[in-house]
Amino acid sequence: MSVPILELDGLRAGYGHVEVLHGVSLTVPQGRMVAIVGPNGAGKSTLMAAVMGLIPRRDGRVRYLGSPAGPTETMVASGTVLVPEQRALFTDMSVEDNLLLGFYPRRRAGERDARAPMREVFAIFPRLEERRRQLAATLSGGERQMLALGRALMAKPRLLLLDEPSLGLAPMLVREIFRVLVDLRQRGLSILLVEQNVRAALEVSDYGYVLEMGEVAAEGPSATLARDPRILVTYLGQRQPNASDA
Amino acid sequence: MDWFVFLTLLQAGITTGAIYLLLAIGLLIVFSVTRVIFVPQGDLLAFGTLTVAALQSGQLPGTLWLFDGVAALALVASLFQGRRAALRGALTWGLYPLVVTMLAIWLAPREIPAVSIALALAIVTPMGPLIWRFAFRPIADASVLSLLILAMALHFVLIGLGLVFFGPEEASAPPLTDANFDLGVLNVSGQSLAVLLCCAMLVLGLRWFFGATIHGKALRATASDRLGARLVGIDARAAGALAFGLASFIAALAGVLIGAVTPLSYDAGFDIGLKGFVAAIIGGLASYPMAAAGALLVGVLESLGSFWASAYSEVIVFTLLIPVLAWLSFRSGSPEDRA
Amino acid sequence: MHLLSRPGPRRFPSRPGVIRPSSHDGAGEEGRVAAGPDGRRPVRAAAVIAVAAIVAIVVIPALLPDFYVTLFGYVGLGTLVALGLVLLTGISGQTSFGQASFVGLAAYATTLLTKFLAVPPILGLAAGLILTGTIAWLLGLVTARLSGHFLALVSVAWGISFFSLFGTIPQLHGFNGIGDIPPLRIGPFVAASLRIDLAIIWTAVAAVMLMSANLLDSRTGRAIRTLNGARLMGESVGIDTVSLSRTVFVLAALYAAIAGFLFAHFQRFISPTPFGLGASIDYLFMVIIGGVESLWGAPIGAALVVLLRDQFNDWIPRLTGRTGDFESLVFAVVVIVLLQRAPAGLLPIFTRLRRPAAPVGQWEAAPPPEERPPTPVTQGAELLSLTAISRNFGGLAANRDVSFAVHASEIVALIGPNGAGKTTLFNVISGVLPPGSGDIRLFGARAGHLPPRRVAALGVARTFQHVRLLPTRSVLENIALGAHLSGRAGVLRAMLRLDRVEEAGLLHDARAQAERVGFGAVLDTPAGDLPLGRQRVVEIARALCLRPRLLLLDEPAAGLRLVEKQFLAALLRQLRAEGMGVLLVEHDMDFVMQLADRVVVMDFGQKIAEGPPDQVQSDPAVLEAYLGGLG
Repeated sequence: MSVPILELDGLRAGYGHVEVLHGVSLTVPQGRMVAIVGPNGAGKSTLMAAVMGLIPRRDGRVRYLGSPAGPTETMVASGTVLVPEQRALFTDMSVEDNLLLGFYPRRRAGERDARAPMREVFAIFPRLEERRRQLAATLSGGERQMLALGRALMAKPRLLLLDEPSLGLAPMLVREIFRVLVDLRQRGLSILLVEQNVRAALEVSDYGYVLEMGEVAAEGPSATLARDPRILVTYLGQRQPNASDA
Repeated sequence: MDWFVFLTLLQAGITTGAIYLLLAIGLLIVFSVTRVIFVPQGDLLAFGTLTVAALQSGQLPGTLWLFDGVAALALVASLFQGRRAALRGALTWGLYPLVVTMLAIWLAPREIPAVSIALALAIVTPMGPLIWRFAFRPIADASVLSLLILAMALHFVLIGLGLVFFGPEEASAPPLTDANFDLGVLNVSGQSLAVLLCCAMLVLGLRWFFGATIHGKALRATASDRLGARLVGIDARAAGALAFGLASFIAALAGVLIGAVTPLSYDAGFDIGLKGFVAAIIGGLASYPMAAAGALLVGVLESLGSFWASAYSEVIVFTLLIPVLAWLSFRSGSPEDRA
Repeated sequence: MHLLSRPGPRRFPSRPGVIRPSSHDGAGEEGRVAAGPDGRRPVRAAAVIAVAAIVAIVVIPALLPDFYVTLFGYVGLGTLVALGLVLLTGISGQTSFGQASFVGLAAYATTLLTKFLAVPPILGLAAGLILTGTIAWLLGLVTARLSGHFLALVSVAWGISFFSLFGTIPQLHGFNGIGDIPPLRIGPFVAASLRIDLAIIWTAVAAVMLMSANLLDSRTGRAIRTLNGARLMGESVGIDTVSLSRTVFVLAALYAAIAGFLFAHFQRFISPTPFGLGASIDYLFMVIIGGVESLWGAPIGAALVVLLRDQFNDWIPRLTGRTGDFESLVFAVVVIVLLQRAPAGLLPIFTRLRRPAAPVGQWEAAPPPEERPPTPVTQGAELLSLTAISRNFGGLAANRDVSFAVHASEIVALIGPNGAGKTTLFNVISGVLPPGSGDIRLFGARAGHLPPRRVAALGVARTFQHVRLLPTRSVLENIALGAHLSGRAGVLRAMLRLDRVEEAGLLHDARAQAERVGFGAVLDTPAGDLPLGRQRVVEIARALCLRPRLLLLDEPAAGLRLVEKQFLAALLRQLRAEGMGVLLVEHDMDFVMQLADRVVVMDFGQKIAEGPPDQVQSDPAVLEAYLGGLG
């Protein structure tokens, strides 16, 4: 088995006086999709920020392809791209310019032609091509998520970090986004997915972790985890519902 | 007042308005990318005028040695930041100052206007990135207010140095052209037209830069969403250096242009810069077209004011801020927590 | 206060079963809230100021050589202006580059009146204060709603405008200046010598300093601190932040006016020069060098700047052989280095050395809170009703057609996945956002477009999803902010200590609420030193201080340990028993399900279910919303 693309070992991180992650360990093997599920405030977004180097990693190890992960700039340059929860689009710029800026890390590495990767993104999300001249601010929620994902793909990432890609999207759009993720995974991209849509996340991923109060509460192959009653407890509390449709 | 006087004043007002517009653009670029309100931009303008004036009189300006000294510091600092940074530092802060200094030593005695202007631009422009590197970058995340106070302190550093380098005397830049045109009763100076032409070229150049080049787009991206810019690998520090470089180039150019119309002393840049601020504030520190309209308004108002009530022309210009701010204030909604 | 005398460790009266923190004396800051019911701390503050004042007023003028008398006069005048800038810049987060022009306005006002109209100086002072205050009020009116840097930029403009007016208005004699200004005089007493002037100046400094310390240690003082980055929170407890920031600005201008009045009669000659931009910046530099966060930064900074400038004046020309304003260059470099390395100025560097690390006391879930007489609310009365609320952001519908009600003695939980629109709804209810459409009724009256402080005044208190506290202030002060609306004392009463009865009442309330949430032990700890979960509880206590009829809690249980959650649940049950209505957004389902009477579930901005907890828990639509799936 090859070196995992991402490996966390006892990662601790937080903000100010507050520690949010109390020693999280997880592994993303190359070419796999790994999901992190868990209730709000469990520390999922903090985990993404710490992996990316946006906040200091206070303790523990983060390894990228076997070597210690560097600061954000190095992570981006070595092919890790984060799509954050708030999308962080350049709202007063056009769709096309947003995509072009997604190509920025490759441009810095010496590549010049952004047209081919842009065509690929347009092939995945034809809606973006229709709106290529529009300002990102005028897009709907679903289109914004497509643009955020498209901008990430422009960098030809080796590891894609997705924070709540289904957030605020109607079910049909959620299906479309996840179909794209499955497709990317099949093309060999490694994906770490943070999701509140537990079933969708466990349906498409290979392996899952349940994060609770900054610690890994459960883990396992996604198919197994999806049937685990603990998941339901995490989300809807102790008392089992009478009529479960699980 | 007859039409002749009015048109003459209007012409003068539009010329200075164009200078204010340049400064307003520089301020907006720096503010949107780094949140720094670049108070010392006016002082760099005066540096521009005085540097070209010194070169034209066959002397080497003190700003050259200042630039060399600070560049040397930057060179040393870059040596501790890895090989790539060291290489880039050696080129930017080692080779470039060396070339500029040697050219200045060689060419200054010849007193060729175009060469002096080019050298002045080459000396003053890198001061923006150096100011960013040593003054603002270490506290780039501080509040807008702290950055503003720092900028104000920097203004005092620069006028202090300006006095050391250039003394208290006024000096002029060489005009780009001596031509004059008679339009009916009105005599239009070639320099005024040159100012407007340079201004228009610069605006078009910046439009192209921000609209069509990847570096321009990267700057806009940094201004638009800091996190997003970081996530696509745009180096916020390089973006800051670029923004400051543009602003100091604009200031130096403005200094070369206005210096041929009005002689300036070491501390005269601040007032000019302030009027650039008034224009930028009219644009709400965000809108370029509104800032342009504001710049022309300020220029014309000042020109007319200096005719009617010369002692009060500054007061008139600054009083213009009151209704503008009242309008901005009225338009803004509920109080928010702004840094 | 610690610069001059440091209080020894204080022991808290111990209560069995509760571990008390060891002494924590806050930073070297004036105006911390009274430590105990006897209010020892302000007494000590007053004592320190009194000793310093006696030294400054009596000892220094009597002993100094003549030359230094003048110099110390300037230190005193600088201190007055700098004190205003501490309030403005360090405490309320605004700044001004134009204070010298306020000094000048008052100086010219008193000069014209006393010299040319032979009016008694006291009227000259009054005229200066009125003139400066009015102009500052108008300038504040124009910029108060804009962010701080606009005020600062405009201050440059008005500073230059006034300077140029001082130089050009013919009656002010331009740069020739006006001499022979009459000396200070009250009735038959004439300040005949510089030494008497110096004593008067430092008396004024001591008085202004004491009044400023009093102000900071008051209801209004706490409110002023919310202006610096916590305005939304301030509004939520009923503070009119826009008018308050204007008040602080006017106050800073009045301090400058007092300095200007004294300046004119001390120097007995004025010209525009000392009222220019350079002087304004000098005042600001004093504050930055001394320390913006403490009143003591003002005298320290003023002394350093005035005395060093004098030394530089001697030495720099000798060293460089040139004349010019090189001191400004040196100060500017010092200020830049300080801003980069020590943004709080030199003062904290001295005090930090002597400051022990702040121990954080344990928070034990105290015994069940005592009963309070229930607020008289009709059982089951409708407190809040939402009818068809919709709210869009751009093209995104955050809330669509949401309707539900909260009654007295009822706990309603609002749940739903991330991005379901719960926080938007909270902001609409509390007045932060106006609703796009629909009807909000609070206590039976329409309340759709009220600002947050009016909603608070109606009896609605809230907490925030992202905790909003004053992190460097004590827990007690933070809680007491919630009692803002139960007091009336303004700036003047606070400065003159006429607010003590009211203040004691407010602090008593705050202490009672602190006890109630089990915080009796950590009242003096800076709120930011508490773990996040407990900071949320401080917010709850602050909200309770408003004596609300309706309590809005945004994720109160996030970050709490199990015992702490049980304690919080017990508290909320008790509040319910007292008749309060509670609406809470919460993700901890165990917490919600055991506590709520009714649960409202939202998804995609719409209400998808409403009912008792068990019913909602087994609703397929809810399961779908929470667990999702690809259908």
